[in-house]
Amino acid sequence: MSNATAIAVAFVDRLRSTGVDAPLSATIEYQRALGALGMGSRDAVYWAGRTTLVRRREDIAAYDTAFNTFWDDHSVAPYEPPSVAMSIAVDDGESPDDDDGGLDGHETDEAPSIELRFSAAEVLRHRDFASYSNDELAEARRLMGRLRVTGSPRRSLRLVNGHGSRPRMDLRRTVRAALSTGGEPLQRHWRHRGMRPRRLVLLLDVSGSMEPYARALVRFAHAAVIGRQRVEVFALGTRLTRMTRELSERDPDAAVARAARAVVDWSGGTRLGDGLREFNQRWGQRGMARGATVVILSDGWDRGDPTVLEEQMLRLRRLAHRVIWVNPLKVTPGYAPLARGMATALPHLDAFVEGHSIDAMERLAAEISR
Amino acid sequence: MSPESVRDDLAAQGYIADVGLATAVFLARELGRPLMLEGDAGVGKTELAKAIAASTGGELIRLQCYEGIDASQAVYDWDYTRQLLHLRAAEATGAMEGRTTESVEAELYDERFLVRRAVLRAIDHHEGPPPVLLIDEVDRADDEFEAYLLEVLSDFQVTVPEIGVFRAQRPPVVVLTSNRTRDVHDALKRRCLYHWVEHPDLEREIEIVRRRVPEADIALSTEVAAAVAHLRAMELYKPPGVAETIDWTAALARLGVRHLDAASAEATLGTVLKYREDTERVVSHGIDDLVAAARSDAGR
Repeated sequence: MSNATAIAVAFVDRLRSTGVDAPLSATIEYQRALGALGMGSRDAVYWAGRTTLVRRREDIAAYDTAFNTFWDDHSVAPYEPPSVAMSIAVDDGESPDDDDGGLDGHETDEAPSIELRFSAAEVLRHRDFASYSNDELAEARRLMGRLRVTGSPRRSLRLVNGHGSRPRMDLRRTVRAALSTGGEPLQRHWRHRGMRPRRLVLLLDVSGSMEPYARALVRFAHAAVIGRQRVEVFALGTRLTRMTRELSERDPDAAVARAARAVVDWSGGTRLGDGLREFNQRWGQRGMARGATVVILSDGWDRGDPTVLEEQMLRLRRLAHRVIWVNPLKVTPGYAPLARGMATALPHLDAFVEGHSIDAMERLAAEISR
Repeated sequence: MSPESVRDDLAAQGYIADVGLATAVFLARELGRPLMLEGDAGVGKTELAKAIAASTGGELIRLQCYEGIDASQAVYDWDYTRQLLHLRAAEATGAMEGRTTESVEAELYDERFLVRRAVLRAIDHHEGPPPVLLIDEVDRADDEFEAYLLEVLSDFQVTVPEIGVFRAQRPPVVVLTSNRTRDVHDALKRRCLYHWVEHPDLEREIEIVRRRVPEADIALSTEVAAAVAHLRAMELYKPPGVAETIDWTAALARLGVRHLDAASAEATLGTVLKYREDTERVVSHGIDDLVAAARSDAGR
């Protein structure tokens, strides 16, 4: 191993220790980039790595830290990813049909199906998440792992074979067929626009007041992410954290644990308006919320400015196909949506549903697929 | 070739790149890798591809992605109408007599009936400098298409089953852009070099505006760039990009304005703000203040 190779490998090692996922191919590319640029200037060495080792904007800060500690100043403390303690109950129940994944291109044949196989589940179905013991919470998570959440269908631009309501001729297959009938296109083939599920965006409130529910709901989010492709999940706290990547791991406990680590303000305060604004600004308006079903899971307690929340709800509604608010407190006897945030948001919702129990989550899954 | 020479070449085309972007373009060309660009709308991602093409003299081939795009729209297709006509003509002249279906088929799936779309055009290219293939807004395409792109970008070859393999003699310069409406698959990103394009700093933006709107007074360009910098700090729905700065300056220059003033700024606000709420926010903030702040920044 040459000296330059050794340095490149050592640096990539350092970078990986900060949590940046750099595959072997990136190391090779990095070395080639160093070769092409030379190591004569700081800029060259910095950009050689920035261009080849970083693949997400979120990783730029970690790269900068690794770069500074490795090349410049060895005294700086190494970058520590923020850690948050969170207990995760063990779950050994894997549903056997977990692997269907909906990747086979037939987006429409996945009717929203919800399975709950054990009668023991009946006991838990209607109980409020907040009153669960730890064991019961584990059981509830397992049941929720079986939920299948499918977005409501919309017409897609992608053409599929068959004679739909407004068919277009499939010339490719028609020409093929004409070959066997002496060039006469007797047998005509058609295509039409297929259906595909709308994108689903879940915004999960992780503030202190939501604590009894957030951990159960994050499991619902995981079921949604695993069940289909077009799902995005964000945690709304004092700031907005994207959890989609963390939750896309198949193993539910590992996924939820990763998501919990990514959210640094778990059980903190809530500024719903600011969080929504950040979502609209950075993700929603650029296309993520357009035509999507957006689900906000929150009790509506908001410490921020209500005019900000109102403005952002209006903006979200203009972007999204439907905005659904899930409030775990809605079922509480005598509940009225008086929490300031909730009262502000209520006029701008397409649906306002409960979210306190497995039963309610099933109804939510049905509401989403409407 | 060096990052500096790339930067100079781009500057000669009116594209002012910072050192990071110039290095990324240099590496993409030197290592023969696609370059994936992400960044806010209006920071000049698409413009970069145009500038690279202009500076290398290569043809710019643009593929705009959208939902449902597939290989027949991006790579190649057959001219079915002509195929059918050919079949009918063969039938009419009796040329089909005594021939097997296979031999007729081989005649139909010939290069002369092949319709070359953007990707195949970029790969099956023989004369002049390598073309620049711009794959714009790749996040709008479906995952299935991404997988197909991955295959093409891995070895720069396209297989047409009826004809054979097209292989790029010299790989095209490939630029992909994404607006991050969803995550592009890791496997695709792994094939690419990555660069996050930032808004330019004030100095660079002034330089860009001066190159793109040479008819505007220096004072006006400077003041508009400074005013846009203030607008970007105002938490607007759609913070103006470089394209808006250029449009605004061009509009004011066309009106004969030599110095930014409140009246003409308000009259032309539509070139820089694209949401009613944004316009209201800026107006309620005070156009006078904005103009005064911009002019004082520019004076420095």
